[in-house]
Amino acid sequence: MTELAIDIENLTKDYPYGFLHLKKRRSLESLTMQVQAGEVFGFLGPNGAGKSTTIKLLMRLIFPTAGSARILGKPISDIEMHRDIGYLPEQPYFYDYLTAAELLDYFARFHDFTAAERRERVQRMLKKVGLESAGRIQLRKYSKGMLQRVGLAQAILHDPAVVVLDEPMSGLDPVGRREVRDIILELKKQGKTVLFSTHILSDAEMLCDRVGVIVGGKLQGVGAPSELVGVKAQGMEILFELPADAASGGELLAQATRTGDRYRLQVEESGLYTAMERLGAAGAKILSVTQVKPSLEEYFMHLVEADRAQSAAVEVRAK
Amino acid sequence: MTRIGTVALNTFREAVRDRVLYNLVFFALVMMAAAILVGQISIGIEQIVIVSLGLSAISIIGLLISVFIGVGLVSKEIDKRTLYALLAKPLRRWEFILGKFAGLVLTLTVNTAAMAAGLFLALFYVKRSLEQADTVVLIAVYFILLKLALVVALAMLFSCFTTPLLAILFTAGLYIAGLFVHEMRGLQGGLIDPMLGRLLRWISYLLPNFENFDVMGAAAHGRVIPGALIAQNTAYAVVYCAIVLAVAMAIFSQRNLK
Amino acid sequence: MSSKNYIALFLFVLLGFAGVWRLQERIDVQQSEVAREDDQLMLRSSKLVKGLSLEYAPLVADIYWTRVVQYFGNKQAENQVDLRLLWPLLDVTSVLDPQLMPVYHFGSTFLSDASPRGAGRPDLAVELLERGLRANPDEWRLYYDLGFVYYFDMKDYAKASAALYEGSKNPKAFIWMKAMAAKIATEGNSTETSNFLWQDVYNTTKDPLVKQNALRHLQLLRAEDDRKQIDVLADEYQKRFGRRPVRMSELVQSGLLRREPVDALGYPYILSEAGRAELNLKTPLRDKWIKAPGSK
Ligand SMILES: Nc1ncnc2c1ncn2[C@@H]1O[C@H](COP(=O)(O)OP(=O)(O)O)[C@@H](O)[C@H]1O
Ligand SMILES: [Mg+2]
Repeated sequence: MTELAIDIENLTKDYPYGFLHLKKRRSLESLTMQVQAGEVFGFLGPNGAGKSTTIKLLMRLIFPTAGSARILGKPISDIEMHRDIGYLPEQPYFYDYLTAAELLDYFARFHDFTAAERRERVQRMLKKVGLESAGRIQLRKYSKGMLQRVGLAQAILHDPAVVVLDEPMSGLDPVGRREVRDIILELKKQGKTVLFSTHILSDAEMLCDRVGVIVGGKLQGVGAPSELVGVKAQGMEILFELPADAASGGELLAQATRTGDRYRLQVEESGLYTAMERLGAAGAKILSVTQVKPSLEEYFMHLVEADRAQSAAVEVRAK
Repeated sequence: MTRIGTVALNTFREAVRDRVLYNLVFFALVMMAAAILVGQISIGIEQIVIVSLGLSAISIIGLLISVFIGVGLVSKEIDKRTLYALLAKPLRRWEFILGKFAGLVLTLTVNTAAMAAGLFLALFYVKRSLEQADTVVLIAVYFILLKLALVVALAMLFSCFTTPLLAILFTAGLYIAGLFVHEMRGLQGGLIDPMLGRLLRWISYLLPNFENFDVMGAAAHGRVIPGALIAQNTAYAVVYCAIVLAVAMAIFSQRNLK
Repeated sequence: MSSKNYIALFLFVLLGFAGVWRLQERIDVQQSEVAREDDQLMLRSSKLVKGLSLEYAPLVADIYWTRVVQYFGNKQAENQVDLRLLWPLLDVTSVLDPQLMPVYHFGSTFLSDASPRGAGRPDLAVELLERGLRANPDEWRLYYDLGFVYYFDMKDYAKASAALYEGSKNPKAFIWMKAMAAKIATEGNSTETSNFLWQDVYNTTKDPLVKQNALRHLQLLRAEDDRKQIDVLADEYQKRFGRRPVRMSELVQSGLLRREPVDALGYPYILSEAGRAELNLKTPLRDKWIKAPGSK
């Protein structure tokens, strides 16, 4: 597990903007990050953090202002490295005049498969992403979620050792997200390396061995999800119902938020028992008690504010 | 090589599934039918009318396809982001450019062949026979195809570094300029400053000379076209396309996609 | 891309363009053999062109008109006498847009004028002008042009006079037209009339080519005049010395001429072996000279 699947060094990207593209805005600042072979790595960050920029740099869709990267030991400028990687673009879109099966067959032709192998693989992949029945429909008729599935299929079509997925869960319904999670876990089981970006913390927590958090083009930290976010319960949430004839809940009831017949009450972990006792005394029927974690938004907000405070301007003037 | 072919075939497939193309070819065939009608009312010059109208139709339809689809070959893939997944495959960018070019040229060949068949049908319908001399028409069609390949290459070059609209304008502009190369050379005669005249002469040799491919007059009148001209025009188109595509590949290989 | 690749690309492009240049020179040779000027005008049938140009006929007429001028201008520049395409071009243009007046003025001038200057087809010029008059009966200028064609190139003085008279009925017409009609009716051809007519064209036309042509004619008329006078002097010389002079200097030495006479362009006249005055071999006027049927 010490072998490096992806090795990024000081990767920096400035995007030109403004009149005649004379000005430049730095979207990725000296990113250095490693992904071990065989691990599932989550690339976390709010919108505009630079996740897609990093991934597109790795895929040679854009070229870095500075820095370098290696995948499976080969520099990314080496076309051979593309034999062993799979890539799902953000909000993928494909040739809409092709059917899913034709598209996959087209992509498969860039790898050295025989016709029979191609046919077999295409069917297998369509099945895997749940598009067996839709394989003969032109992609122009596909929904966003279905396109996402096709994108996933083409990314893993050729059994790549490294799979890079840009926001693989976006645009999917809960069932779809579940299926994508299963696919990622299966890849992990097969010993593949998976790098995926997301702005949804729970996805990362559920799947990743490690996550890297990026905000404002700068890497904020890398580590196991739990240690990174420092998941410290902020408290406990009690969900209860209050019968109409029940006695007044007192001040506790005033603190609770009401949705329909139900009430939600947040308390400190230490004060959980006293609160429950009091509610029981008041005649409340307790439905559930759950731990409250900091939301991703809160976590990101915290980082974003820190980032702003640290350096206001990440802009560099054009020479 | 197989990768280039794969891209080319997919480009061809896209064109085949594009309804616009059929409409254009249909329009061309209607033109041929019209040529027959017109040819019949112009007694004595049916051949001239049918051949010149037919070749004009083939040329115009071909130009429309070359410029508009040619500019879209690369830019549409970038705009729609269909290129992203493709470039992550073991496919070099220059291979992509060559494949796209080959695909459209293949499409144009098939199209032009279909329209040329229509033209020969029209000729046969009117004359009730085809002669040896009618091979000149075939050569004229071949020259049109060479011209179209060059237009596609130029359209691709421009679309590699500007917006599609500008690329269309540039390509059309260069095409029109390429039709007046002869006049440009003729301008020297005392009318303008000799320095400017020499500069224009230089430019006139560097511009793609689309007049080279125009043998419509000879075709309409059934005159013989020397074999040397066929060879030279072919070489001209090949060399010029190679230059343009090389520059296009170099530019595209460094381009940041959006 | 590394700098090595840039250099390779640059060399490739350079070499490529060198090849393109060489090829172009060869293609030019081949093309000049294949192309004929008839090709400029694929569609000669005016009805056909009119049918094809739909409601844009006047616009297409303009295009054809520029072609007429271009065609004629190129011929002039190349000093070519073959003006076969002039009529078909004019024909198509005037059918497409019968109201395009410059076509008639220009067209009749150069259709009717004799071979080195024009197409030498006064009959077609008349046809063109009559077509114009059918479409524009109020255009007195068409009668003016018609009178010209009849007077100069068809030598039909009755018709020339009639045309000028017809035109003079229009209040806007030149005042002299009526008088000239009468003069031509009684006298027929006269140098005076010819001079006047060309001078008038020279003064009034807006077309530079027509104006230049009129100037040539005036110069030629003057040369004709000069030659007649020199011949008279040569006759006088013969009377005095018993033989025809063979050199202009002999006329000067004998005192009959003060100095050697020159034409409008400054080239001295010469004497033929038979002792008749002729234009200098070098004068550009000669190119436009029409040899009279009798002389060689
Ligand atoms: N083509 C581009 N031109 C200019 N700026 C861009 C471009 N693509 C992305 N950016 C900017 O770079 C930053 C990072 O974008 P991106 O990598 O797409 O973020 P995300 O983490 O949401 O994927 C954003 O501020 C975005 O505005
Ligand atoms: Mg993104």
